[in-house]
Amino acid sequence: MFATSFMMNAWITATVVAVVAGVVGYFVVLRGSAFPAHAIPKGAFAGAAGAALIGVSTLLGLAVFALLGALGIGTLGRRGRNDVATALTLVMMLALGAAFLSRTTQYEPEVYSLLFGEVLGVSSSQILPVALLGVVCICAIAVVYRPLMLSSVVPEVAEARGIRTQRIEMLFLIILALATAMTVPVVGALLIFSLMIGPPAAARSLTSRPLLAMLLSIGIALATVWVAIAIAYLYNWPVGFCVGGLGALSYGIGRGWAAWRRSRTAVAESGPVPLLNPSVR
Amino acid sequence: MHAVYSAIFEPGFFASPQVHVAATIGGLVAIVSAVTGVFTVMRGQSFGGHALGDVSAAGGAGALLVGLSPVAGFVGLGIVGAGVMDTIGVRRLRGRDLATGIVLGTAIGLSALFLHLTTTTGATTGATQQVLFGSIFTAPAGIVPVVAALGVVALVAIGVVYRPLQLTTVSPDVAAARGIPVRLIGLAYMLALAVSVGLSSLAIGAILSTALLIGPAAVALRLTRRTGRAIGLACLIGVVMTWLGILLAYDSFYWGTSRQSLPVSFFIVALVFASYLATGLPAVRRTVR
Repeated sequence: MFATSFMMNAWITATVVAVVAGVVGYFVVLRGSAFPAHAIPKGAFAGAAGAALIGVSTLLGLAVFALLGALGIGTLGRRGRNDVATALTLVMMLALGAAFLSRTTQYEPEVYSLLFGEVLGVSSSQILPVALLGVVCICAIAVVYRPLMLSSVVPEVAEARGIRTQRIEMLFLIILALATAMTVPVVGALLIFSLMIGPPAAARSLTSRPLLAMLLSIGIALATVWVAIAIAYLYNWPVGFCVGGLGALSYGIGRGWAAWRRSRTAVAESGPVPLLNPSVR
Repeated sequence: MHAVYSAIFEPGFFASPQVHVAATIGGLVAIVSAVTGVFTVMRGQSFGGHALGDVSAAGGAGALLVGLSPVAGFVGLGIVGAGVMDTIGVRRLRGRDLATGIVLGTAIGLSALFLHLTTTTGATTGATQQVLFGSIFTAPAGIVPVVAALGVVALVAIGVVYRPLQLTTVSPDVAAARGIPVRLIGLAYMLALAVSVGLSSLAIGAILSTALLIGPAAVALRLTRRTGRAIGLACLIGVVMTWLGILLAYDSFYWGTSRQSLPVSFFIVALVFASYLATGLPAVRRTVR
C-alpha cells in the first residue's frame, strides 16, 4: 500500500488537497458559501472538456473555467440575488461543457474520473503544480486572514471599519477557484465539495475558537482522505463514495457531540445555556 | 418567403416525432418548474433546488443498478433528500445552506458508488453522462403521461398551500403570528419542489432542470413584484425558451458542414442566461419600475 510509486503519489497529493480543503472549507462554512463551493468545481469541469477539445492541458482548462465561474458569481451576485446568480452561472458553464462534449468523443472515458476523482491515477508530474497551487491558496488566505474573518463573522462591523466586503468576497471566490483547479483532477469535481463542507462543519461544532477549528478541520479532512484512499485501495471502492460518506459521517458525529455537550452543560449549570456555536445550531 | 421560412424551420421540424415528444415534455416541465421556481427564487432556495436535482440523479443511478423504474429512483430519493434537508436544516439561512450541502455531498458520494458498480458490472455504457446531463431528445414517448401526472401532483400541492406559502415566503414572522404552521408549509413546499425537480431531471437532465427552475422565475421576478403575475410570466418565458431552444438545436444540425447538432440544453440555457442578463441592465430596470 505504501511501496508502489503511484500509491506514494496518491498519498502526497491527497494530503496537500486535504490541507487546502480544510482551510478553505473552514471559510466556506463560516461564510455560508456552500453553493459557490459546489458550483465552481462542477462548472470548472466543463473547462476540462473544452481543454480536451482544443488540445491544451486539462489543468489550464479547469483553472480558466474556475476563475470565470468565480468572476461570474461575484459580478452577477453583486446586484440581485446571490443564489440565483450562482445557479445561473453554474448551468451556463455546464451547458458549455455539454456543447464541448458533443463536439469530441475522445473525452468521454475521462468524464467519470474528473467528476468523481481518480486519486489513484495521479502521476508524479502532477504533484508539483498541485502543491504550488496549494501553497498559493494557503498564502492568500493567510494574507487576507483578518479582514476575511471579520467580514465572514460580522459583516456590518467589517463595513464600519472600512473593509470592502464585496472585494473580500471576490477575493475569496478567486481563492476558491484556485483551490478547485488543483483539487478537481485528484478528488473530482463533485467530491472536493464534500471535503470542503463535512470536515469544517464537524470542526465548527466541536469548537468555536477559529484557529483551533481550522486545525481540527484540517485534521478531519486528512483523516477522511487517508481512510478513503485506504478503503479504495483495499476494496476497490470509488474514492468519491468514501469521501462523501465520511464527510457526512464526521458532520453527524460533530452535531451529536455538540448536542450532547450542550445538554450536559445545561444540566450542570442550570443557568442560561451558553451559545456555543450560534451559526451551526 | 418560403426560403426564409425553411431557413427558420429546417425541413422536417414539424413532422419529426422526436420533436413532438421533446416539445411536449419540455413544455410540461417548463410550466411546472416555473411555478415552483418562483417560490424557490423568492425563498432564496436555489441551492436546495439545484441540489435536489443531483440527489434525484443519484436515485436514478441507484434505480439503474437494481433495475427499478427510473421514475421511482429519481422522485423517491428526491423526496427523501428534501425531507432530510428540511429536518436537519435549521431555520437560519446558514444552517440551511450547510444542511443542503451535507445532503448533497452524501448524494454525490452515493452516485459515485452506484455509477461505479453499474459501470463495472458492464450493464450500461455512457450511464454517467446520461444521468448527469440527460437529454430531452432521448426521452421516450411513453414518459409523457408520467411526467404529466407528477407535474399535476406538484402543481396541486403548490396550489393547496398557495396563500400561506406566499405569506411565509414574504414574511415568516407575520405568518407565524397569524398561526400559520410555517415549518409544515415549508416542508410541503420542499416536497413539491422535490417532485418537480425529480421529474424535470429525469425528463430533461440535471442541467436543464436547474436552468428552467431558476432562470424563468428569476427573470419574471425582475420584471414584476406580484407573485401571481410572476408565475404567469415565468411559465410563458420557460415555455418559449424551451421551444426556441429545441428549434435551434434541431436547426443546428444543418449549420456548417459538420452535420452534427449541438445539444438542446446548451441553447435553452444560453437563452435563459441571456434573458437574465438583459433584464438586469439598468435601462430595462428603469422602464419596469
